[in-house]
Amino acid sequence: MPIWEFLETYGTRLASGTLVTCAQFVLSAVIAVVIALLAGLGKLSRNRLIRAISVVYIELFRGTSLLVQLYWIFFVLPLLGITLPKFVAGFVSVGLNVGSYGAELVRGAIQSVPKGQWEAAYALSMSPAKRMRRIILPQAVVIMLPPWGNLLIELLKGTALVALISVTDLMFQARQINASTFLSAQAFGTALVLYYILARFLITPFMRWLERVMARRLGRA
Amino acid sequence: MDMSAYPLELPEDDRPMVRFMNVTKRYGQLVVLDSLDLDVAEGEMVTVIGPSGSGKTTVLRMLMTLETINGGVIYVDGKPLTHMEKGGVLVPADERHLRRMRSAIGMCFQHFNLFPHMTALQNCMEGPVQVLGLSKQEARQRSEELLTLVGMIDKKDQHPSRLSGGQQQRVAIARALAMRPKVMLFDEVTSALDPEVIGEVTNVIRKLVNEHNLTMLMVTHQMGFAKDISDRICFFFGGRIEEQGPPGQLFGNPQRDRTRQFLSAVKEAD
Repeated sequence: MPIWEFLETYGTRLASGTLVTCAQFVLSAVIAVVIALLAGLGKLSRNRLIRAISVVYIELFRGTSLLVQLYWIFFVLPLLGITLPKFVAGFVSVGLNVGSYGAELVRGAIQSVPKGQWEAAYALSMSPAKRMRRIILPQAVVIMLPPWGNLLIELLKGTALVALISVTDLMFQARQINASTFLSAQAFGTALVLYYILARFLITPFMRWLERVMARRLGRA
Repeated sequence: MDMSAYPLELPEDDRPMVRFMNVTKRYGQLVVLDSLDLDVAEGEMVTVIGPSGSGKTTVLRMLMTLETINGGVIYVDGKPLTHMEKGGVLVPADERHLRRMRSAIGMCFQHFNLFPHMTALQNCMEGPVQVLGLSKQEARQRSEELLTLVGMIDKKDQHPSRLSGGQQQRVAIARALAMRPKVMLFDEVTSALDPEVIGEVTNVIRKLVNEHNLTMLMVTHQMGFAKDISDRICFFFGGRIEEQGPPGQLFGNPQRDRTRQFLSAVKEAD
């Protein structure tokens, strides 16, 4: 079957899958950013308990497979009394997994804000919380944006795994089409191109734009 | 020395703005400052000079509580800075005590350390608004007055990246003054500057000395400047004050060999 005919027949299914992928991406990105911030700050906390919780989270989710985590959250948590709908289990798993990598980006960026900035804030008698929020974090964000762009592309590609718990995302639709038609090249070829377009023409330009906005806030651009 | 030997508060008739009492600072085995005793009177301008590694910057950083001390007590305005009273004796100060006490002290750094994500004016307003709790309007008025004092009012809406080193340092001085400190510390504030802009910073400090009754401690390599504006010069060597006195005496007629050697080495380098 020629590709234009394939697209005509299965285009709507692939489009609806793409929408689900986008939704998974946005929701898991929000979780990843929030939890990365919490765990990254937590790892630098002076409170030992908070530090320990952050380290355990980071090690657990960074050190084990995303697919296994996904199966745990979808298949094992119900045995412990926590049942999540598959859509929720999908983006929660991906968000928690990527958040553990993000936490290290947050920690690294905070630590690479020049020592003089900490000292200047200290010399103004700022409380540690204000110093972090008003002085250190705004500068750390600028430092960590480029690696976050990378991580978000990883995250997008990671969402393809949610197809394995039957979330009807782009990968799920491609697999379904393949299973019923054996048009493997067309099905997975289109999925490949669509993932690339999302990464290259949506995520990358958005991150570039964010970097420019942040640079302007530092008066650099 | 036993902690009970240190008074909880300095007596009314013997209350310099700053007193280092038997202060020791070590990094591991290395003794940076060895039982330092130093008083700075209210309104006095004291300049600390000495070879690198002599502990002179450490003196300022301890006073800003950026460094902890290993022995002795520092008093500011008669009250212990590094310690606080607990059950009638002095114990090492906690975070809150330090924060409350150090608001009496302002510091300017060698590398300015302006906040890059804020304009000159925002840099000056940050402390008054966030720490002192002033309204934006009050803080703005105070900051604009100070930016005028340092000659930077026409650049108030610029970010630090758009300012020269000399301009950044003048904003940094205004930022420190906006907290209305009783003591100002200048840590090699001209060392990172191009020679042609050093004058604009030293002129601001000169103005502060002449027109304001601030207590100031300065570390500098600008001997001519130090001689001009200081009430007293302290020459540090090996973690101790080797010699101190009025600038005329210390520069004109140094008593100690090490002082003479240092001064002649500095003169040659000029």
